[in-house]
Amino acid sequence: MAHFRLSDAPIDAIALQAGLRDPRAGACASFEGWVRDHNDGQSVNGLRYEAYAELAEREGAAILAEALQRFEIIDAACVHRVGDLSIGDLAVWVGASAAHRGPAFEACRWIIDEVKARVPIWKHERYAGGQAGWLHPDQ
Amino acid sequence: MSVRVEVLYFAALRDAAGIASEHVQIDAATLSALYADAQKRHALPFAQKQLRVAVDGAFAGWDDALRAGSTVAFIPPVSGG
Repeated sequence: MAHFRLSDAPIDAIALQAGLRDPRAGACASFEGWVRDHNDGQSVNGLRYEAYAELAEREGAAILAEALQRFEIIDAACVHRVGDLSIGDLAVWVGASAAHRGPAFEACRWIIDEVKARVPIWKHERYAGGQAGWLHPDQ
Repeated sequence: MSVRVEVLYFAALRDAAGIASEHVQIDAATLSALYADAQKRHALPFAQKQLRVAVDGAFAGWDDALRAGSTVAFIPPVSGG
């Protein structure tokens, strides 16, 4: 059933998707967040994610439980990387299965938005110019 | 009444404090007062209103009482995803 976890190893999206299979499911929507080479006009060489693991896993689980209540979905999962990542790496995977595509898409979108807003994970970017810094967007 | 708590620092807060965690013995009634003390001691670059606070791995309120033996984490604005 729905699970959220942090991973310090590459995310196996195929295995995660397989975990959402269910005879009642006619749809599976997934979202992948990748590491891109730029942010806010700066050239990014790589980044690192850090999390407060205990709270992140608790908050992530709460988001998925809430998604199961809010949307007509059968199951959902989310895995977020921690540690050092390179350009193009898969940083976060979200998937939702449902009888029909509408709720699967909606739940998937809602879950990633909530994860980005609520889960205590922080991104540390390294820039081409040699500087580096934490992203702490004003909320 | 003086209580002993553990404080965790993450991301830019950890960089500013120069430590990931510390044990603090303090005469503070609330989490808010604990942050005011930490902010002063470490010149932390965030106002309290920019942060969230957690106790023992669960989000808490700034006005909550400081409990002896608890682990308090100050949570800077998140940037996962």
